[in-house]
Amino acid sequence: MNSTEDKIYFYPVWLRIWHGINALGIILLIVTGITMNSGFEKGLIEFGLNMKLHNFAGAIVSLNYLVFLLGNLVTSNKKFYIVKPRNFLKRPMKQAYYYAWGMFHGMQTPYPLSEKRKFNPLQKYAYIMVMYFAVPLVIVSGIGLMFPELIFNQVYDISGVLITAVTHSAMGFFISIFLIIHLYVASIGKSPLDNFRSIVNGWHHITKK
Amino acid sequence: MKVSLSILLFFLCLSSSVRTQAQYYDTPKEHDCLKCHSQQTYSFHNELMGTDDKKLMNPYYIIDTLGLREGVHKQFDCTDCHSYDYTTYPHNANLKLEPLATCLDCHGGDESFASYQFDKIQEEFQKSVHYQAYGDNFTCAKCHSQHTYTATARNSNSILEIVDYSNKMCLSCHNDMRRYGLVSGQENPALIDVHSWLPNQELHFKHVRCIECHTAVEDDLMVSHNIRAKEEAVRRCAECHSENSLLKASLYKYQNLQERAEDGSIIGVLSNENYVIGSHQIPILRTISLLIFFAALGGIIIHGIFRIIYKK
Ligand code: HEC
Ligand code: HEC
Ligand code: HEC
Ligand code: HEC
Ligand code: HEC
Ligand code: HEC
Ligand code: HEC
Ligand code: HEM
Repeated sequence: MNSTEDKIYFYPVWLRIWHGINALGIILLIVTGITMNSGFEKGLIEFGLNMKLHNFAGAIVSLNYLVFLLGNLVTSNKKFYIVKPRNFLKRPMKQAYYYAWGMFHGMQTPYPLSEKRKFNPLQKYAYIMVMYFAVPLVIVSGIGLMFPELIFNQVYDISGVLITAVTHSAMGFFISIFLIIHLYVASIGKSPLDNFRSIVNGWHHITKK
Repeated sequence: MKVSLSILLFFLCLSSSVRTQAQYYDTPKEHDCLKCHSQQTYSFHNELMGTDDKKLMNPYYIIDTLGLREGVHKQFDCTDCHSYDYTTYPHNANLKLEPLATCLDCHGGDESFASYQFDKIQEEFQKSVHYQAYGDNFTCAKCHSQHTYTATARNSNSILEIVDYSNKMCLSCHNDMRRYGLVSGQENPALIDVHSWLPNQELHFKHVRCIECHTAVEDDLMVSHNIRAKEEAVRRCAECHSENSLLKASLYKYQNLQERAEDGSIIGVLSNENYVIGSHQIPILRTISLLIFFAALGGIIIHGIFRIIYKK
């Protein structure tokens, strides 16, 4: 590695606070959610308490999601979430190729990060899917389960409560898978822990040629 | 003299106004009808013989006075529904022919009871095995005594009480040869034998309503009324036991509203402990999610191994 190193201030304070609360909240939601869905009666903690934790964590993550929306609305962070139609599929494919093959064969990263580019294309797509599709759906369906009178009663022959519950768990599952991959991919960096330091202190190492 | 008259009048008014809003049934022994219809025996003056006779009351005509006083129709007097001619005994034989109002006669299309959805219930009930088999002879009153019914599932906050109340409505007939025979003319199959495949029957019948297994759930009805043929009854243990689906969808909505009614604050809403089955109820989704999970994990492990080998 004979490239010079540089740091960019990628993650402003509000984003780091949002992310911290979000990460802790979602982990709690996943743990309590899985507990609820498994074992009859005797989970780690008593069922009722587990439910309450899940409800409270859900409310906090939902409010926190507003922080994310608002933050992106008023700051320039939103620009990192804009997708260009050109090479819509080619760009993430190239990045995937890099992860699967190139990085082990001395290839340079095809989309080096800079002030203009905070995420590589794959990362961008994943963040958009999770933040603008999965999380909103999980919040809406969660509200539906909490206030079941708001739910449409039936779609064809299937109960609305059931559809809402299934949507909720399916999106919850999707977010869990995202989290696993998110954590793993974040460990690909200057050193495995480097990116995790970034999301705490805000400064991201980039490699300059 | 005048003063005492007006005092008398005042008390008359007072007592009659109290009477209109409160209980007809507080003192059964003095009530026109309950003096006979709440007792094991009744007496009447035999005008023909000039004697006072005492006889046994038909047990099916004895009305539970506690139930009466709590029932939804407690502010009715007997003769609001039954003919006033019943006040004389022996009752006129033609009174048997008197038509009695059904639930729908009074509640059908009435806005003030819209939340109960009487018309929808009627519609659902007409699809049920009972109506299919016996038509209009199987009235709502076969399950719902107009005398004592209370909307328990709606107003109680104890699941055990709700289950008990609801199951008694079915058992009053299915466990009673005579009532059952009254509708069907056949013998009732012993429920214990019919459900012999269900372990721990007693516990189940205390914790789940008959209708939980025997009806098609209608989300927008608090109590689903479409009792289906036995072939369609829930028998798969997994529908309740596989996951922690403490309550099925119908009861879920209920409990949730219920708890909100008691504690509408934000904390109250968040503290509710109700749970409804999610996607793992659908086996295919469960399989798919396991596949995705292991694919992701496998990918990560393989990639990780390569990273270690190449020291990336
Ligand atoms: C003196 C006792 C006595 C009194 C008072 C009395 N009943 Fe009855 N009632 C009976 C008995 C006994 C029967 C059983 C049938 C019979 O003997 O006629 C009966 C039968 C009935 C029935 C069933 C009729 C049928 O065969 O379908 C009704 C309804 C009824 N009573 C209503 C009333 C009402 C309403 C009152 C008050 C206004 C009342 N009764 C007052 C003794 C009484
Ligand atoms: C809200 C209307 C209503 C009121 C109030 C009411 N009844 Fe009834 N009663 C009915 C109906 C409806 C039936 C027929 C039940 C059936 O078809 O199974 C009935 C049936 C009866 C029977 C016959 C029992 C049977 O199983 O057939 C008796 C006896 C009786 N009522 C007495 C009374 C007495 C006594 C009172 C007052 C304490 C009273 N009812 C008040 C609606 C009423
Ligand atoms: C004779 C007319 C009449 C008949 C028949 C009748 N009801 Fe009612 N019902 C009323 C009236 C009037 C009220 C309102 C009582 C009150 O406001 O306290 C009422 C109240 C109720 C309530 C409580 C509503 C509330 O929110 O407080 C329920 C539930 C109910 N009835 C169910 C039934 C069922 C089930 C039947 C048939 C088995 C039935 N009723 C038959 C007239 C009737
Ligand atoms: C086979 C028995 C059965 C028959 C027949 C039946 N019901 Fe019900 N119904 C029930 C049971 C069980 C409940 C739940 C009892 C409770 O309130 O806890 C119930 C509840 C209700 C409720 C209260 C629902 C609520 O939202 O709180 C109403 C109203 C009602 N029934 C109306 C009717 C009418 C109208 C008919 C006739 C068209 C009818 N029922 C026929 C068994 C029956
Ligand atoms: C755990 C689910 C479950 C519960 C709870 C339950 N049932 Fe059943 N019931 C069934 C099944 C399944 C059958 C079909 C049995 C068969 O065909 O061998 C059945 C059959 C019946 C039959 C048909 C009998 C016959 O052979 O003609 C009646 C009547 C019945 N149940 C009434 C009730 C009543 C009343 C209750 C409440 C006390 C109740 N059930 C509670 C599942 C249940
Ligand atoms: C007034 C009496 C009566 C009441 C109350 C009653 N049933 Fe029934 N039920 C019958 C009769 C009679 C049959 C037989 C129907 C037939 O011949 O097919 C029956 C049949 C059934 C069957 C079996 C249908 C089949 O496929 O053989 C089920 C299940 C059932 N009832 C459930 C219930 C439940 C649940 C309740 C309470 C919500 C209830 N019943 C209340 C009289 C009653
Ligand atoms: C309609 C839902 C339902 C169905 C279907 C059902 N159960 Fe249950 N079961 C319950 C409920 C509710 C309890 C009570 C749980 C409690 O509070 O302890 C229970 C309790 C039990 C218990 C006792 C557990 C204990 O703690 O003692 C056993 C064993 C059981 N069920 C086995 C079965 C089997 C086997 C089947 C299928 C043949 C079955 N159940 C079908 C709802 C259901
Ligand atoms: C313990 C859990 C988590 C850790 C350790 C973690 C770590 C990180 C790291 C290191 C980054 C920097 C990105 C990079 O350099 O690759 C990041 C960014 C991000 N993470 Fe997480 N994350 C966690 C949970 C989550 C969850 C649950 C979500 C969403 C549901 C999420 C959404 C995001 C988003 C959207 C960004 C980009 C933010 C931006 O810059 O606009 N993270 N995270």
